[in-house]
Formats: sequence, structure tokens, C-alpha cells
Amino acid sequence: MTLVDLANPTRFLTLADRVLPWLMASAAILLTAGLYLSASAPDDYQQGATVKIMFVHVPNAWLSMSVWGVMSIAALGTLVWRHPLADVAAKAAAPIGAAFTFLALVTGSLWGRPMWGTYWEWDARLTSVLVLFLMYLGLIALWRAVEDPSRAARAAAILTLVGAINLPIIKFSVDWWNTLHQSASVLRTGGPSMDRSFLIPLLIMAAAFSLLFVTLHLAAMRNEILRRRVRSLQMMQASRITLSNDMDAGSRGQGAHKNGAA
Amino acid sequence: MARRDVMALGSYAYFVVTSYALVGAVVLILSGWIALDYRSQKARLRELEASGIARRSGRRAAEF
Repeated sequence: MTLVDLANPTRFLTLADRVLPWLMASAAILLTAGLYLSASAPDDYQQGATVKIMFVHVPNAWLSMSVWGVMSIAALGTLVWRHPLADVAAKAAAPIGAAFTFLALVTGSLWGRPMWGTYWEWDARLTSVLVLFLMYLGLIALWRAVEDPSRAARAAAILTLVGAINLPIIKFSVDWWNTLHQSASVLRTGGPSMDRSFLIPLLIMAAAFSLLFVTLHLAAMRNEILRRRVRSLQMMQASRITLSNDMDAGSRGQGAHKNGAA
Repeated sequence: MARRDVMALGSYAYFVVTSYALVGAVVLILSGWIALDYRSQKARLRELEASGIARRSGRRAAEF
């Protein structure tokens, strides 16, 4: 099956139906292994047991940006290639991305309180991630406000691409500005600066959350395709009712005209 | 590793446990919402098809 074949929503639904149980099982296994390794990881010599928050905070933070990246590629698909599933993919990803961003913000806050002495600081990293969260909410509101999905698709795609400017700002905010947030310790030139006892659980949790995202995204895309089918069938039903009402009114009008003539 | 070591979160227990509980709750809510939405869309499609509305292709929309 090629990418072109997947442009057909019916073929996509068939594939999603086959793949989803396997993805769910793989995500569950990886998440269980990741949680076990996270619980078994040693305490950090400076941060103590709070380092365990990293194993859920960092994957959610990575995914908050990656999901917007996926939505940006989908936005290009909508605007440039007019791929039938591009808008479906973007719309389905937005609530999942918003949830990951919310979790990154809250777990970061819970990690910040014992380490920095505050739940929140208006520094560049935290503020730019909060802006990302608000952009997710804005996009969801836009899709909900416009009833016709094809009309909403173009506006949402443009907004998504404009919002993508925030991604490098989030990534490099810790280098460009003086912030409370630590600089990159995994995705950095020169390789990870973290000890293997923390790095391995972190990478497994990141893989588990990524697989969880793929699973939830495919399932949400399937729902969105079905929702659009419901909408088109409801429109067909409404147009049939209107047509039959018009025909009834027309035949009554003709009957009245004949009676009047008699 | 002993169970005591794994669970020894000390004075930070509130922050660590709340973080994991919150992540678990949000993931469960998200998964549940998606699963319920799927059932709801399938039910609505079946209702529409039962009322005699069919796709132009003639295929049943609730099946794939």
C-alpha cells in the first residue's frame, strides 16, 4: 500500500482498523516497561527523587512540539497538495497535542516547585510553551467555530504554519535567553550529557509516548472521517426532506388551482 | 531492586506521585473520549443508514 492509496479514506479506515490493535498493545507494553524502569531509576545526587518527574515531563514536552510539527506537515498537505486526509490528520492531532502540552506544563510546574522554589516563572521556555498551549486551544476553537470542515481547513492550515515559528523559539529559548530552565541534555551537539541510568528509561518512555501518540492519532483520524461521513449523510437527508416538502407543496398548489378553475 | 528503594520518594512524594497520577488521568480521559467518540459516530452512521440514506458510492458508511 502506497501513500497515494492512503489518500482514499476508505482504504485508510481499513488500514487503521487492522493496525490499531497492534499499536495499542505495543504502546501498552512499552509504557509498562518504561514505568518500571522509571520507578527503578536511582535518585539524582542533586535533585533527589524529583528526577523521576523527568521521565513523564520530557516525553510530553518533546511531543508537544512534535505534534505541532506533524500538524504543520499536514497543513502543507492541505494548502499545497490538497491531500484529502491532510486536514483530517491536523484536526485529529490538535486535542492530543494540547493534552501533551498541558501535561508538559503541569509536570514541569510540579518539578519546578521543589527545585526552583516556584511553580511558575515567566521565563522564555515556560512562556513560549504556554503560548503553544494557547495556540492549540485557538486552533481547536477555530475548527469548532466553522461548521463546514473544508472552509475551516484552509484557515487552520495557515494558522498552523504561522504557529510553527514558535517551535524553534521553544527549542532554543534556553540558549537565547537567561532562563531558570536547564539547557538541552539529550538532543544536543556532542551527544547526551545524561547518565545511562537516567537516559535509558527516558528514551523508553519517549518511545512509549510517541507510540501512544501514533495510536491515539490514528484512532482520532478514524473518528474524524466517520464524523464527516455522518455530516454528508445528514446533509443528504436534509436535502431529501426539503425536496419532498417542496413536491408536496407543489402538488397541493396544483390541486387548489384545479379546484379554483372548476 | 527492593520495593522499599523503588517507593522511597521521601519529602518529594507529593510532587512525583501527583505528576504520574495526572499523566495517567489525562491519558485515560483522552483514550476514553476517543473510544466513546468512535462508538457515537458508528451509531449515528447506522441510524442514518437504517433510515434509508446511503452514500453515493453505494457502500455502507458504517462499514469498512
